[in-house]
Amino acid sequence: MAVMRYREALNAALREEMARDENVMLMGEDIGVFNGAFKVTAGLLEEFGEQRVRDTPISENTIVGMGVGAAMTGLRPVVELMTINFSLLAMDQIVNHAASIRYMFGGQVKVPLVVRMPQGAGHQLGPTHSHSWEALFLHVPGLLVAVPTTAADAKGLLKSAIRDDNPVIFIEHEYLYGQRGEVPDDDDHTVQFGQAAIRREGSDVTIVGISRMALTAARAAKTLSEKHGIEAEVIDPRTLRPLDLDTILASVRRTNRCVIVEEGWPHGGVGANLAALVSEQAFDDLDAPVQRVTGADVPMPYSKPLEQLAFPHEPQVIDAVLATIKPRR
Amino acid sequence: MAEPVADLAANAELPEPDVAREWLATMTLIRRFEERAGEMYAKAKVGGFLHLAIGEEATIVGSTRALRDQDYLISTYRSHGHTLARGSDPKRVMAELFGRVDGLCKGRGGSMHMFDLERRFMGGYGIVGGNLPIAAGFALASDYLGLDEATLCQFGDGASNQGTFGETMNLAALWKLPVVFMITNNQFGMGTSLERHSAVTDLLRKGEGFGVPGMRCDGMDVQDTYKVTLEALRIAREERRPVLVEALTYRFRGHSMADPEEYRTKEQVDEWRKRDPLAVFGSRLVEEGVMSADEREALDAEAIERIDGAVAFADASPHPSPNELYDDIYVLGDQVRGWYSIDERTSTPHRGEDERGMTENLPGHADYERAVGSSETPPAEIEKPADDAQRDDG
Repeated sequence: MAVMRYREALNAALREEMARDENVMLMGEDIGVFNGAFKVTAGLLEEFGEQRVRDTPISENTIVGMGVGAAMTGLRPVVELMTINFSLLAMDQIVNHAASIRYMFGGQVKVPLVVRMPQGAGHQLGPTHSHSWEALFLHVPGLLVAVPTTAADAKGLLKSAIRDDNPVIFIEHEYLYGQRGEVPDDDDHTVQFGQAAIRREGSDVTIVGISRMALTAARAAKTLSEKHGIEAEVIDPRTLRPLDLDTILASVRRTNRCVIVEEGWPHGGVGANLAALVSEQAFDDLDAPVQRVTGADVPMPYSKPLEQLAFPHEPQVIDAVLATIKPRR
Repeated sequence: MAEPVADLAANAELPEPDVAREWLATMTLIRRFEERAGEMYAKAKVGGFLHLAIGEEATIVGSTRALRDQDYLISTYRSHGHTLARGSDPKRVMAELFGRVDGLCKGRGGSMHMFDLERRFMGGYGIVGGNLPIAAGFALASDYLGLDEATLCQFGDGASNQGTFGETMNLAALWKLPVVFMITNNQFGMGTSLERHSAVTDLLRKGEGFGVPGMRCDGMDVQDTYKVTLEALRIAREERRPVLVEALTYRFRGHSMADPEEYRTKEQVDEWRKRDPLAVFGSRLVEEGVMSADEREALDAEAIERIDGAVAFADASPHPSPNELYDDIYVLGDQVRGWYSIDERTSTPHRGEDERGMTENLPGHADYERAVGSSETPPAEIEKPADDAQRDDG
């Protein structure tokens, strides 16, 4: 095991996969000479050259579209978008093209494309750089969606994403880039999509945390244990498509309570979707309604205190857990 | 509105007789296919939208004949002609229009989304301008892999106003990609005429500011279109410079079958019909002794016979089975073992295409049966129309 930052783990994944397969190539704004807006691609231009690490103009839709075309004809492109907000400019290529092409052309081609992007609030970047939109991509059949939380998962999932023959939306988190974690030394360390991680075992309540919220959930679980005598099981799904619903349902069937924590908006969110699934599949096992803790239903404000109010923190998770145990009056 | 540019290349030397005959045969096949597709649409054999390329055959055949087998061709929602010109079997193209399993895309794409990988016809695309970045991606892969391939990207005058146009021109020029962008300028973006949708109406100039030089060809003249496209492809392939080619042409039919054509006059259409590429090229071949009038008729009869066969084939082909609904969404493997959607009709998450049997019991199955039943037409009704009034000979 080596201790490294989340961004370094991503960097290692890219480097190893590029060394492993010469058809893996990178495209993105400022990923080369500038080393990446968040330094994820640092050093790769120097190591692999301009043919394989390509700085692009600011043309999100076309960069992704070129990735789609190149993926259809033999390459395994990894496209970096600077933030998830900018991915909206590329939605046509992601949804109408990357996700649909295999299906609408009767399975004649595959689109082994990875589109990486960071999301998340906390850096006072305001309403055009800070959102959490895994729900937008989860909505789309044909895409795979990864939301790694730890350095080890960042590396293992990115390697799996690059090797997979499907288009993958790989959602990183700006706050997590600097977080350290243990990462297996093995060059072939991969994390398979569709396998949730149980971050903490517990028998009283299941907390599902998405992306950074898996960490928030884990902190809340510690406090719940120390101050309230409640043992929470914390599950990090790691990928939303495919979703390891079995692990979540098995946990809920033991704990009989479920809280879902996400940073994104409440309406049509990942939590809304998951709450529906849990209610459909495990209704008889639930002792309380499924609770959701979500980002506030607002565009992200710039003001530091307002921004902090706009995404979930430990106390809200604790309140939600307590609500499943002592129903609100 | 551009005037019909007659005689730009009418005196150009004809290609070898075999080649000239093949061009006429392919243009004729496309014309007859499109006419019949329109009839099948009127009979509700074809659903959705249907965009016919009648009038644009010279642009289609002239440009695609400049391609080598290993080159990529990518087109728009008006692409039956492109895939036919690339050699796709009319039976499978018609079956796709009918939404049947033997269609090029197993009935999942329809008229707007043809695709034939084997012939490197890389798709018809329903989003205006959506195919430009993808074309540049093909060229990027060819360049990256060191292969001697070029890409020909077809789109309409309307697409030249999309953001992807400028973005893609810039990137293709910046990265020196072997791609030719061809604007099939039929002078209307749906029902909005060229001078009402584009500030610059010399479309060949629209790439210049992005570093992509322009050329123009007479899109009603198959020989001129061939020559200009061949040179553009040579520049792209050998000089590693993308080129923009404007092919000036005209569609004789509406934008789609649901177009009352209130945005143009019958006189204008008639004026352009005088330049009907099929009539002009066919007459020239007869006049210059490349073929006799009888041979020309025989070639037409052969095209009609093939289309008859295509309609019969399409009609006999089964509808896709309900089991195929979830096929080909994902490439399956160790980590993706099936589709991962939730079917609102069952509240059960589907896991794995190996469990396909479960689809049979879906409550929606009866709706499927109704849909299949509604498009069954007694064979007598789908026979070809007896009169030739439907023929669009200009």
